[in-house]
Amino acid sequence: MTVITPNRPGRLTQPEANARLRRLYPYFLIGPAAILTLVFLVYPVGSVFYYSLQNSNVTQPWNDGFAGMDNFVALGQDPLFWRSLTFTLQWVVVEVGLQFIFGLALALLINKTFVGRAIARSLVFSPWAVSGILTTTIWILIYNPSTGVGRYLADIGIGEYGVSLLSGSGTTFWAVVLAEMWKGIPFFAILILADLQSVSLELYESADVDGAGTWRKFLSITWPHIRQAVVVAGLLRAVWEFNNVDLLYTLTGGGPAGATTTLPLYVAQTAIHDRDFGYGSALTVVAFLILTFFSLVYLRITKSKEDDK
Amino acid sequence: MTSLLPQTAPPPLQSEDHGAYRPLSPLKKRARRIDRILTYVPLALFLVFTLVPFYWMLLFAFRPTGSTSLVPWPITFEHFETVWNGSGFGIYFKNSLFVAVMSLLTSTVVALLGGYALARFKFRGKTLFLVAMLCTQFVPGAMMLIPLFEIFNAVGLTNSLWSLIISDTVFHLPLSLILMSGFIRNVPVELEEAAWVDGCTRIQAFRLVVLPLLKPGIVAVGSFAFISAWNNFLFAIMFISSQDQFTVPVGLSYLLGEFGADFGALAAGGVIAIIPVVLLFAYVQKFLVQGLSAGAVKG
Repeated sequence: MTVITPNRPGRLTQPEANARLRRLYPYFLIGPAAILTLVFLVYPVGSVFYYSLQNSNVTQPWNDGFAGMDNFVALGQDPLFWRSLTFTLQWVVVEVGLQFIFGLALALLINKTFVGRAIARSLVFSPWAVSGILTTTIWILIYNPSTGVGRYLADIGIGEYGVSLLSGSGTTFWAVVLAEMWKGIPFFAILILADLQSVSLELYESADVDGAGTWRKFLSITWPHIRQAVVVAGLLRAVWEFNNVDLLYTLTGGGPAGATTTLPLYVAQTAIHDRDFGYGSALTVVAFLILTFFSLVYLRITKSKEDDK
Repeated sequence: MTSLLPQTAPPPLQSEDHGAYRPLSPLKKRARRIDRILTYVPLALFLVFTLVPFYWMLLFAFRPTGSTSLVPWPITFEHFETVWNGSGFGIYFKNSLFVAVMSLLTSTVVALLGGYALARFKFRGKTLFLVAMLCTQFVPGAMMLIPLFEIFNAVGLTNSLWSLIISDTVFHLPLSLILMSGFIRNVPVELEEAAWVDGCTRIQAFRLVVLPLLKPGIVAVGSFAFISAWNNFLFAIMFISSQDQFTVPVGLSYLLGEFGADFGALAAGGVIAIIPVVLLFAYVQKFLVQGLSAGAVKG
């Protein structure tokens, strides 16, 4: 492959030609990734933005055409949108918060030296590799009223027979939260543990010499060290919990009566089930803007704290 | 739930190593005993919380229909026969394996190339590229379904396993790339430069010097890709319409659909779905923690 262009006045010398080739190098390397991203990610995202300004509903083809801001206006007055947005925020905050607390606790535990540590580590981290639909499968078996865990607990006098945790209005949310936590705690634990293992032990030793207590050591050594990993993990997880629909879609279907419908699940129902692609796209654009705004604010806040140190 | 939380002050790290050679005062002995309790009790609770759900699935998968015993005894394989032959999980398993292995290969190759560029070169458009990658993560996968379906339709890939391989690879690409570039950055550039001085081309230096040191990174990125492709449900259920192209998660969702019908078969399907990922995970999880520990997570 040669990049020397003969029709240019003054041919390039060999070193110049090499330098040019070297400048093109990264583009060849990034090429496959860039092309895949453009065709299968950027183009679809672009088309979502385009359709958000269109009427595009398979069940009402006579309305199709430019809609301007109509979809967004309709969205502001849609109670289902507001409810799904509120639920999404609740879902993300509760999930990320609980997964972080337990994930941190688990990472600190696993980082200690004890007998059977390697096996314990493999076991407690394993739900990380389990898919959303498999999590649903497992927890359906646990929650079902006739042969689930509840029935055996009732046998020994805890709770009542025939309680369906997944359809009671008060219990559904926490039943789903528990199932998602089961899958999500290892994510935090793995990322935090990875960072914990690079803390220099000498720091703890000199803290011991200075007579620092457990809590003091955690605050002064451990926490500052893992802070950045926690920030990154928290953001990744929040976006993931916001967007991922597998578990809610298969475990509750967004019910009972829409009570566990997140915004992306509402998007899926609008665009795929109701075939209203224009309105679904408008919902997506709003979800996209919320996530982008949230991420920027989040990174700004955590970054400025970093600089204070 | 709160009972799973260990006491607010986590016990000191590596404390058991300290003062091991000094005779311990009774007070210190007591402190050590308390520390041990504070390790094992919360750990046991975590293990129960993690393992009971797995056990519950195994229990249903291996015990005869209608049994209410809490141990799968007498053990039966009838549910596995039902799903493997009757529900077609034999075919789904083969399809899933094909999709996951191909996604692993394409993700690793694309991430190696792109990751090397991101780690070793400064070039125009690099920031733009990274920002674009990041932004695409904010769009719900559910919404990409229709535009992606249109693309695959146009190139005749609907109802083809290749549509899953492509979309799994692409959706996973940002993570693969960032991880891989982190791993590559951890290989000292001086090693490569030394190889150039010795007369290697850039490609030779990469193959002979960087690649061998990159094994943990390749294992980590590849297994991430395998697991996420194996687990993918949304694309599989939307892009695949004929039963002989179904993957395991789609098969599971159909078993779930016949809700209440046959928990034994559902559990057996779950066991089939979990075996490859759990085996792979048990093997790579150490690499994973090491790899991330090496600083890859900081990109």
